[in-house]
Amino acid sequence: MIEHLIPILAGTLGAAVPLIFAGLGELVTERTGVINLGVEGMMLVGAIAGFAAAAETGHGAAIGLPAGALAGAATAMIFAFFALSLAANQAACGLALTIFGIGLSAFIGQHYISYSLPGLKPIAIPLLSDIPVLGPILFKQDWVVYLSFLAFAGVAWTLTKTRLGLLLKAIGESPESAHSIGYPVISIRFGAVAFGGAMAGIAGAYLSTVYTPLWVQNMSAGRGWIAVALVVFASWKPARLMLGAYLFGAVTILQFHAQGLGIMVPVQFLAALPYVATIVVLVIISRDRRVLQNNLPASLGKPFLP
Amino acid sequence: MHLLEPRPHPSRVMRWTAPLIAVVATLLAGSFLFWALGKPVLDSFQVFFVQPLESSYGWSELLIKACPLILIAQGLAVGFKARIYNIGAEGQLIVGALAGGGVAIAMEGSDAGWIVPAMVVAGAIGGALWGAIPALLKTRFNAEETLTTLMLSYVASLILSYMVNGPWRDPEGMNFPQSIMFSDGALFSILLEGSRVNTSIWITVFAVLAFWIFNAKSFLHFQIEVGGLAPAASHYAGFSAKQTVWFCLLTSGMTAGIAGVGEIAGPVGQLNLNISPGYGFAAIIVAYLGRLHALGIVLAGFLMALIYLGGEAAQVGLQMPAAITGIFQGMLLFFLLGSDVFIDNRLRRMA
Amino acid sequence: MTTPVPRLELLHVTKRYPTIVANDDVSLSVLPGEIHAVLGENGAGKSTLMKVIYGAVKADSGTMMLDGHEVSIANPAQARRLGIGMVFQHFSLFETLTVAENIALVLDEPFNLPALASRVKEVSEHYGLPLDPNRMVHSLSVGERQRVEIVRCLLQKPKLLILDEPTSVLTPQAVIKLFETLRQLASEGVSILYISHKLHEIQSLCDHATILRNGRVTGKAVPREETPASLARMMIGRELPVCEAPIYEGEHRPVLTVRGLSLLPTSQFGTELKDISLTVNTGEILGIAGISGNGQAELLSALSGEAATERDVIRLNGKSIGHLDAGERRAKGIVYVPEERLGRGAVPPLSLGHNALLTAHRQGMKNWGLVRYGKARIYADECVNRFDVRGADASTNARALSGGNLQKFIVGREIMLKPEVMIVAQPTWGVDVGASAVLRQALIDLSRTGVAILVVSEELEELFEIADRIAVLAQGRLSPARPRGELNAEKVGLQMAGLFDHAETTPAASMMETKHASA
Repeated sequence: MIEHLIPILAGTLGAAVPLIFAGLGELVTERTGVINLGVEGMMLVGAIAGFAAAAETGHGAAIGLPAGALAGAATAMIFAFFALSLAANQAACGLALTIFGIGLSAFIGQHYISYSLPGLKPIAIPLLSDIPVLGPILFKQDWVVYLSFLAFAGVAWTLTKTRLGLLLKAIGESPESAHSIGYPVISIRFGAVAFGGAMAGIAGAYLSTVYTPLWVQNMSAGRGWIAVALVVFASWKPARLMLGAYLFGAVTILQFHAQGLGIMVPVQFLAALPYVATIVVLVIISRDRRVLQNNLPASLGKPFLP
Repeated sequence: MHLLEPRPHPSRVMRWTAPLIAVVATLLAGSFLFWALGKPVLDSFQVFFVQPLESSYGWSELLIKACPLILIAQGLAVGFKARIYNIGAEGQLIVGALAGGGVAIAMEGSDAGWIVPAMVVAGAIGGALWGAIPALLKTRFNAEETLTTLMLSYVASLILSYMVNGPWRDPEGMNFPQSIMFSDGALFSILLEGSRVNTSIWITVFAVLAFWIFNAKSFLHFQIEVGGLAPAASHYAGFSAKQTVWFCLLTSGMTAGIAGVGEIAGPVGQLNLNISPGYGFAAIIVAYLGRLHALGIVLAGFLMALIYLGGEAAQVGLQMPAAITGIFQGMLLFFLLGSDVFIDNRLRRMA
Repeated sequence: MTTPVPRLELLHVTKRYPTIVANDDVSLSVLPGEIHAVLGENGAGKSTLMKVIYGAVKADSGTMMLDGHEVSIANPAQARRLGIGMVFQHFSLFETLTVAENIALVLDEPFNLPALASRVKEVSEHYGLPLDPNRMVHSLSVGERQRVEIVRCLLQKPKLLILDEPTSVLTPQAVIKLFETLRQLASEGVSILYISHKLHEIQSLCDHATILRNGRVTGKAVPREETPASLARMMIGRELPVCEAPIYEGEHRPVLTVRGLSLLPTSQFGTELKDISLTVNTGEILGIAGISGNGQAELLSALSGEAATERDVIRLNGKSIGHLDAGERRAKGIVYVPEERLGRGAVPPLSLGHNALLTAHRQGMKNWGLVRYGKARIYADECVNRFDVRGADASTNARALSGGNLQKFIVGREIMLKPEVMIVAQPTWGVDVGASAVLRQALIDLSRTGVAILVVSEELEELFEIADRIAVLAQGRLSPARPRGELNAEKVGLQMAGLFDHAETTPAASMMETKHASA
């Protein structure tokens, strides 16, 4: 049994990486009171930009991820201009960004349909990777998985231990108060949206340069939306977001191991699992309005004009 | 200092010129895109926006694409007024098509006159059911409909994939994921010889009139509108928020479901994986572009249909991927949302 | 002898908005250690002027001098660096952060919460404003929140402190304490700009006053040398209007009764209602005094039907109505004028005709599910005429109306429903003096036709003017109502404070006991 579980759990860590990056980025964005539903679009733009950069330079994920981050942040700026500078409806702007991103990535991606990339080899961390069971799960991974641990630690530390984290939370609760005590609310929100875009871009680039590693139209397949749902599930807390991401990573990876585990269900039903799980998770977390409100940034989604 | 300031009174002029500004801005950004891709700008526009309308066949195709968009957008618009963001009309369309397709497949070979009406009713019920799930989850468990409707549209397309790969696969279809071609009894009859325009357009015409009257006159619509404009006022007046959620999601599910039947019993003629080129998503833009107004949506629906046709023409004439349609749709929605801001605001006068 | 250099001097400040001139050629000067009042009624331009000084709004023209040097303040951060502190009327605090965290966000210094916490304690005790730096702001009373705002300013060692209507959230006793603090600050050389429309406060606290009306300076005075009447004339240009309350001669019988109402808060940081009982009789106005945030919102939503309550807890003429929603209760004759006019009492972007439909749709405005807008328009126009809603008709958008005119429309709309019970929250909040008088008189007149009226208000003076009996709501508990003649501001204030703070509970505790005994 454990022989089956190790590859599943190890695979879970990889499958969770896009959700971790996209989710942490959206979490930071939402902490400042901005909801960007364009994660799916930013991920796809990041995916194709990362893939193109990796394919053209031949440097793989090392160049693909930064390129994806840049592209993700750049597309996020379109959202920021409309949703923040013009204070247009955030939900609808996010939707526009997703539609735009799907189109743009497919458009650029046409040239790259037949390419494939080498992907990444796992790096075994000396000593640690020899620990039975835990070693091969946690410490024989590609470097982006390790990077995802760092990203979590960095975001969690910044949000809870620094003045910047306090400020982000304050702006998310009341942009009016933050403005009246003299903070440049719009600029700070721009920064948070850019960070969210960069993280979504990395998530996409991981899919196209490491995880698959191919370019396929619409390859994020709803992961961007699941990341948005995960932020709600996480009650805007990084640690719970990680938990959620691994849960979904496991659900995603299950379909590839189902046959090995003797589960005989049509492949479409297994593929539908993450989406159904998202709904279930949303229902569980939203059921008690008061619990949900406890950590909800009070200004989330509300337009703010100073 | 911010670049905007609120207008003392909302601008009526901007309310109706905002869509035009958005269209012009989209065209400008589009020309920039063509130019950046090294395509001749004027020729590209000719191919994209003029060529499709140079033949009467082109106009008939425009009508075929506009009808489902208009129908779905009518239903969505009611919900958007209440700030109920059903963004999963694509899934409701698919489930409606599955329900209607089930009737067609069960009655294979029959040419009884009631088959098509039964398909429409089944599609309406199917779509409404798929809308009822998020309605239940929202009213009972407070779950955001934005995410649940969207997740359900992924689920719907996987169910469709399962059905046309499994139980409903055409045994003589060379293993393609598709059902049998429906017999004539399960298809809307052709209205214009030599085109694909069929009697399903009457459903859209009827829906436009019905929604127009409903929006302009009914007290229920007033309650819905108040719920969207000022939820606290709706609560204060004693209007039921749950009733609004149910009504909006069932209605928009129903129109999407019927639109799905319109496709499978019309231009597509069977169940397959391509029964909708994203009509459910494009209809969101159509609803906003049409100012959530029954007649505005008609105009917006034709414009969106033209973007679809242009995308197809660009594929053939300019060797561009069909994805160009999505780029135009996204830009259009962005520019629309951006120009809408100027209904209630204006640029700050520089001191 | 040299004349001292003014701490602050404004010369010919003008600020125009698209529809109004908020400040028109305003000049004033404040000496070091002076407490200077800016007096004016709602909409006179006081708040805009303060925002100009604090850098939150940029003046179109005019000069500002600080300690004799011309300054141009671009933003609040710069104002703070120059030694200007401001306590806003609407606090700029973050409820989900602690007191210390709130304060840390405005200080330009390295981020060290524990060190800051001890300084907060020190400063707050020095000025008699005790605070626990580690409490979350949402758990503080409104008065305590104001202390956070003040301490936050004081930690920046201001030379000039601006307070915008600071006493509207305080009990009468807390006002006296605040004044002591302000006098202590002034004696240490801090200049204070005190914005208010309350004449007696200004007379007891301020050295000088500048009076604003419609954005212009209409007078400068030494408040102690003036009478309330002379100040009022400068402020509103005429005598203060007075309401007339004739004696009710109809039958007295209880209409609305509440027995043992307890309710969990509906919002995240709301107040729990504990065992509330009250009775409103025909022909009387029952006033509920107390500072907002003590269960006012919860009590109002329970009475209006916006929040669900137990069936038998609330009765109308003896019949249980606790289970009915707001619409059903209105149909039975209970109407409600909420505190929030735009967004609750009226839908801002809709016309007055549509806003009439909001609550008056049962008055023959529907036919087979379709709306008869003609009827709604007639209703709205009649309301506009009867209740003197100025510059509006049925097609005017609600948000285009001033606060006073919109309130007249909402009150009128509800009165025209011919209610048996009328519930009104903060009837004249933010309304100018003229419209306030009209509204108060309308409520009195309505009650004298036999309607039972319940008014929830933060303004004690208002309740003493119109209410026949007054009860106090504090921390979710309601004291028994007593006739107005048996009470005065001090007694009511003690009840508010007594219910807050158990150190001085004697009067309130005995109150509570009598209440339980009677219940």
